Amino acid sequence: MTAEGRPGAQENYVFDLATSRRGYRMNKLFGSLGDPANRERFTAGEAAYCQEFGLTAEQQQAVLDRDWQAMLDLGGSIFYVFKLAMMDKRSMQYLGGVFTGMTEEEFMAALKAGGRIRG
Amino acid sequence: MAEVIWGLATSHVPSIGAAMDRGKTEDPYWKPLFDGYRPAREWMAEHRPDVAVIVYNDHANAVGLEMVPTFAIGTADSYRVADEGFGRRAVPDVVGHPELSLHLVEQLVDEGFDLTVCQELDVDHGLTVPLSIFCPEPGDAWPCAVVPVLVNVIQYPQPTAARCYALGQAIGRAIAGFPDDLKVAVFGTGGMSHQLAGSRAGYINPTFDHMYLEAIQADPEKLAALTREEYIDQAGSEGIELIMWLVMRGAMNPEITKVHSTYHVPASNTAAALALFDNRVPRPA
Repeated sequence: MTAEGRPGAQENYVFDLATSRRGYRMNKLFGSLGDPANRERFTAGEAAYCQEFGLTAEQQQAVLDRDWQAMLDLGGSIFYVFKLAMMDKRSMQYLGGVFTGMTEEEFMAALKAGGRIRG
Repeated sequence: MAEVIWGLATSHVPSIGAAMDRGKTEDPYWKPLFDGYRPAREWMAEHRPDVAVIVYNDHANAVGLEMVPTFAIGTADSYRVADEGFGRRAVPDVVGHPELSLHLVEQLVDEGFDLTVCQELDVDHGLTVPLSIFCPEPGDAWPCAVVPVLVNVIQYPQPTAARCYALGQAIGRAIAGFPDDLKVAVFGTGGMSHQLAGSRAGYINPTFDHMYLEAIQADPEKLAALTREEYIDQAGSEGIELIMWLVMRGAMNPEITKVHSTYHVPASNTAAALALFDNRVPRPA
């Protein structure tokens, strides 16, 4: 089943196997950042590190630009993408703001007000 | 014989652990959540299990995308607390109960649940935050041994809710057949409604959550009949973690007694809940 085949899949960002295959190398790079030595190597040369993991040109650009939405669109899993965000000292609320066109503060306020309730 | 004495359904949001680790539980943001935990914590402290079977999911820490087991179980003597990218939580490592683990593997495989076996496993917030909710101040050691049971909820297709419920029922039978006298608690972790990515990030569905909190006790079959698409639609892409509550529920008796429950929005990007159930037959007052 393709992501397009499910109603609401786009807005839901279902991380299915086709997405996982597409994002595999990029997610593997993010996963490697759990190791402090790898974080150092990544910081020392981000482009070279991306090439080492075999990212596509688009994925590499998304990583270098910190284009969080593009990382998702190119197969990123939010749990893996978050490893890079943590390196940048960005919170999940910051990312939530990026995905919904809000600032981090606005996003946090929306959650404190009860969340973006179905309606 | 071993006996399941209680079951705990609880969210496992990492920031709940961080709030405890950084002494923020009295802050206005966190106080309502932790106040809501108090009656359950007091009751659990008086009803200490020997072992906790904790059903949870890993979040890109111990399990990579190279191999994603649908169901897995730890069989180790101990489990290290994972470094999730910001250092290890300052909580004790987790002591295992390999005898019960091995018994569960044999019984479950014989019943048709072919779990992946983990001899080595770092446990992330999915497991350690529920332990902290159960026991906020463990000191040098957690108050009980742990058998980790992992469920893939990150990569679609996740196991069906019905399969999770059936796995729980098989775990319940296997525990009842364990020859040693052991008091066992079962934790179902994750949820409630939340979505981290995409244009629906920040999504919360309190109507669904309250229905779920009621039905997990009284009508789990109804929850087991929901499709994964319904879980994702109603509870959000990450709210599908709620299927892990059904593993806990399946391991308990058909009739259980609610000790305490609480619901709070938000814990970071998530609706957080706790529901504690006594598994023993209610005695006449």
